[in-house]
Amino acid sequence: MDQKSFEQFKGSKDYVISDALKNAVNVSIVLQRPLLVRGEPGTGKTLLAHSIASSLGKELIRWNIKSTTKAQEGCYVYDTVQRLNDSRFGGKDVADIKHYIKLGKMGQAFTAPSQVVLLIDEIDKADLEFPNDLLNELDEMSFYIPETDETISAAVRPIVLITSNNEKELPDAFLRRCIFHYIDFPEPELMEDIVRVHFPNIKNSLLKDALESFYTLRKIDDFRKKPSTSELIDWIQALMASGMDGKIKDGEIPFLGTLVKKEADLDYYVSHNVKKKPATRGYNVSGN
Amino acid sequence: MFTPFFFTLKAKKVPVSITEWMILMEALEKGCVDNLNDFYYLARAVLVKSETHFDQYDIAFQEYFNGIAPTLELTEELLKWLTDPQNRPQLTPEEIAALQKMDLEELIREYEKRLKEQKERHDGGNRWIGTGGTSPFGHSGVNPAGMLVGGPGGMRSAVRIAEQRYFRNYRSDITLDVRQLKVALKQLRQLNRVGLEDELDLDKTIDATCKNAGEIELKWKRPRKNSVKLLLLMDAGGSMEPFADLCSRLFSAANTLNHFKSFKYYYFHNCPYDVLYPDIQQRKGVSIEQLFKTLEPDYKVIFVGDACMAQSELLDRFGDIYFHGYQKMSGLERLKHFKSHFSHVVWLNPERSVLRSYPTVQAIKRLFPMYDLTVDGLNLAVKKLTTKR
Repeated sequence: MDQKSFEQFKGSKDYVISDALKNAVNVSIVLQRPLLVRGEPGTGKTLLAHSIASSLGKELIRWNIKSTTKAQEGCYVYDTVQRLNDSRFGGKDVADIKHYIKLGKMGQAFTAPSQVVLLIDEIDKADLEFPNDLLNELDEMSFYIPETDETISAAVRPIVLITSNNEKELPDAFLRRCIFHYIDFPEPELMEDIVRVHFPNIKNSLLKDALESFYTLRKIDDFRKKPSTSELIDWIQALMASGMDGKIKDGEIPFLGTLVKKEADLDYYVSHNVKKKPATRGYNVSGN
Repeated sequence: MFTPFFFTLKAKKVPVSITEWMILMEALEKGCVDNLNDFYYLARAVLVKSETHFDQYDIAFQEYFNGIAPTLELTEELLKWLTDPQNRPQLTPEEIAALQKMDLEELIREYEKRLKEQKERHDGGNRWIGTGGTSPFGHSGVNPAGMLVGGPGGMRSAVRIAEQRYFRNYRSDITLDVRQLKVALKQLRQLNRVGLEDELDLDKTIDATCKNAGEIELKWKRPRKNSVKLLLLMDAGGSMEPFADLCSRLFSAANTLNHFKSFKYYYFHNCPYDVLYPDIQQRKGVSIEQLFKTLEPDYKVIFVGDACMAQSELLDRFGDIYFHGYQKMSGLERLKHFKSHFSHVVWLNPERSVLRSYPTVQAIKRLFPMYDLTVDGLNLAVKKLTTKR
């Protein structure tokens, strides 16, 4: 590979990216190895895949992992029940097993005619053994279907992005095969860029106040779930729609519910920060 | 290339493997790196697979590419004290001007010299490295040509990034939050088929359908569920006071996990004797003899305690210092009782200082495998609890 094929991904218009992450994405493209991205919820792990796909002009295939997902489903599903049903009530040619083999998301990515971006989203949601079951498939980018005695292998190796929320530890053997990046929570400067991407017309004063309040909240260590980027975006949207500013006044924050989602955190914030209304101090004059 | 770096990483306990090292070499060969900065990120992305090891990586990187000699690895205590901006002196402009200005090279030479000479921490003077002084070295000082030590810096060169040790808070050998404890506890599982039969059993369905001459007959099976039962026993004695927060985190992790078939917890004081207490105030005890009748031997038992007590408290028949009535057996006998009743018992110890060599700790350690109450320690303990004896 020459210098040209490296440095492919430069971020896209709607996704602000740090140097370290850009580097990691490109390394994983060059080495044709899966990129494992970990980070707090709401730091844009999934959006990264969309950004890679759109900026490189490739199709995105997204495989959402749930707690019940099995590795096999990503490759193919043999619909035995349908076949059984057809054999009883008639339908397609039951003798040809191929009619009942459906490719999963990974299978679709491998058989795509041109390179695609395969997103395996939230891999840690699945069973602990799930990543181990994928080792060979991701290494060789191929799998075998015993029912039809076929081997599906990728003509063009897809760009594989795997995200994890760190709910479960991933097995070492799996980690060894990945390129790893940890999306750290953005510093205020980077956050400003990120917000501007979403709201190009935002007023400077609003942005400044909102970020200030936001990072004040982030500093509260007793929160069970600290507000993250996606919550900030929602909050700013609410602020803009209502025409309010994001200042903390006597500890009160407008639309606090969009930022702080857990009831316990809300209670904690209100009891520790919101000042009691002064009872004897006369009128509270404030202009808005 | 860079082979010593591999061993530096190993020495700093970053779990790197040959496979990963070969990937790094491959990446270098393909020209992924222009400068040291790129290398820093590339090597980290390829070699380090968890943010909990980023800090060790930073230390290793710093040591190998040494902008700064390893003697500079500031102790936790010193760093903490350095970042505390206390006693910030107010100097007049004249005084500041009067401070001698040095150039950078001179400054670094001088720094290393003084660091060698300096034996202890230091505040507010004009020579040693510390906080709030007018010496050219340290944090929050006012020397115009001063050098910042160990605080956040502006220059973003790779070695500087490494030097900042930005990821120190993610280390897993330091105890972390409830969530991480949960992740560790979640591995405590044994899946058995229990509950309602609501999963389609394909093999049996096909069998039955064939026997039925093609008439479809559906067969169901029970889903797999975790069958682990956990018993958490926590020391709530006086010497455990400093770890109260830590223990409550472990407790809330286990309690909110909703992952075990059964979760029970009790408190004891220093050492379990005849009774355990369902509440932390230790008012109304429950007899252990009684408990053993209801707690099956397949409960996995986790003791949490510092295991530090007077030897008599562990060994004497009437060792319980809070109880002056009849006591059936000594603490140690009682612990042996636990060991014979339950098949899997571990002890988590939050105390990580010299007290770990205390005689009673050693005695208990001979009885039960003992681990640090950290995420790493808990992981080891969970592994021990899930292995067959």
